[in-house]
Amino acid sequence: MQDVFIVGAAECDLGVTTKSILELQSQAVTRALADAGLTTQDVDGIATNGISRFSATQLADYLGIVPSFTDSSFAGGSSFEIYVARAVEALRSGQCSTVVISFASNQRSAKSRSLGGVVEHHTPEAQFETPYGPLFPLSYYAMAAQRYLHEVPHGRAALSEVAISAREWALLNPVAFRYGTKSLTPADIEGADLISSPLTTADCCLVTDGGGAIVLTTKLVDKKRGVKIIGYGEATTNTSMTSVDDLMVTGAVESGKRAFAMAGITPQDIDVVEVYDSFTITVLLTLEALGFAPRGGAADLLLSGKTRPGGSFPLNTSGGGLSYCHPGQYGILLLVEAVRQLRGECGERQVPHARHALAHGTGGIISTHATVILEKVS
Amino acid sequence: MSFPYLPIEDAVSAAFWEGTRIQELLLQSCNLCSKYQHYPRALCSHCGGTDLEWQKVSGQGIIDSWTEVMRAPQEGFEAPYIIARVRLAEGPIMLTRIDGSSTKISCDQPVVLRWQPLSDGRALPLFVPVGG
Repeated sequence: MQDVFIVGAAECDLGVTTKSILELQSQAVTRALADAGLTTQDVDGIATNGISRFSATQLADYLGIVPSFTDSSFAGGSSFEIYVARAVEALRSGQCSTVVISFASNQRSAKSRSLGGVVEHHTPEAQFETPYGPLFPLSYYAMAAQRYLHEVPHGRAALSEVAISAREWALLNPVAFRYGTKSLTPADIEGADLISSPLTTADCCLVTDGGGAIVLTTKLVDKKRGVKIIGYGEATTNTSMTSVDDLMVTGAVESGKRAFAMAGITPQDIDVVEVYDSFTITVLLTLEALGFAPRGGAADLLLSGKTRPGGSFPLNTSGGGLSYCHPGQYGILLLVEAVRQLRGECGERQVPHARHALAHGTGGIISTHATVILEKVS
Repeated sequence: MSFPYLPIEDAVSAAFWEGTRIQELLLQSCNLCSKYQHYPRALCSHCGGTDLEWQKVSGQGIIDSWTEVMRAPQEGFEAPYIIARVRLAEGPIMLTRIDGSSTKISCDQPVVLRWQPLSDGRALPLFVPVGG
């Protein structure tokens, strides 16, 4: 099979931008293309969402291109890892030659986020869940966390360490929202306001503007900066808060298995791990599901301190959704950071000798799961 | 406790909501595989069968997990209150509320059904700790 490479990666402006979604999208796309040595005229594939009902069409029109491949699948934060799978297949089949996967949001500037989420009145969830008043998606993650604390000793300390470790990485990333602030302590996390117990405001990701883009093609011009896609897998589990039997087991079990099988490597071979951190609990459940730790064992992994800068298990090296940037759907930025780590472009936060990176997106209420495994071209 | 959001029922779920008017908790059971399901659907989510019937269930369950919501998701809700996943004795999990104190709630605790009237004559199933 033909190899597919990520040849460009970039962020748009992050944080509080006061820019429109399409202006931020344009930044992300043109910066990623410039990084690849390409222009919009080279692009014949677009995968994006979150702009409008016809998101990929809208972006193609705005960029002035007529693509032969588009995808606007909506799966929340994991959409961009899902797009990688679709794009690889479209590139291999010859449907297109250069795909841009992008996302941008101005949710902080536009104040477009609410605690209750979007209620779609015709859905079973609106009928059987909304009447009780859960926060959405927060209360579902909170119930997963409550179950975790019920089963796992030191669970609360491990949740806090997820946020503490992310902050340590963000302090090394000049574009992180929390860059230039200070290290966190367990008391900072556990003493913050409870919002849906046991989660506090400090267990929750940022709400920022931001986004990014990556460029995929089968033609690798600059071998020194080449990153190859060697595995992907996905699994979709639920929209209801009641469909998943065991809150400790997520769809990442299956998405991870599929990705590792395709890549022909194991979790022990991964040098840099970028997993979705919408909430602190998301990280513990995902690490266990992907096989980096047994059930309940992610707590020990976090509390060992190995996930912090300089540790043997570099995790969420940008500072993550908790301390770097979370534009509502964070999955694109997991891929951008994974690519940069493999290229060795990460400055103070660079993981030495990184050869394999994993990016795992989680969307909805632990609903959609997609794993991508990348390899440095040497 | 206030419940400002009135659910919009449809043809598939109408029997469930009719049951709540006379305080009967009804679940669909499948005549092909004999399993129960909740929420109501036009097919069995276990086997795909379409021959479903409504059964009155026991109202016994255990708390699978729970969370105390400290901020209201929209106007009309009065936080704090406890949301829970209750695993019914018949198998399915329901999202519900627990009427009780968060200091006396834990995962795997047994609970029983009680009813919370809505303003339109229907009612929402809630749960309370056994013996609480």
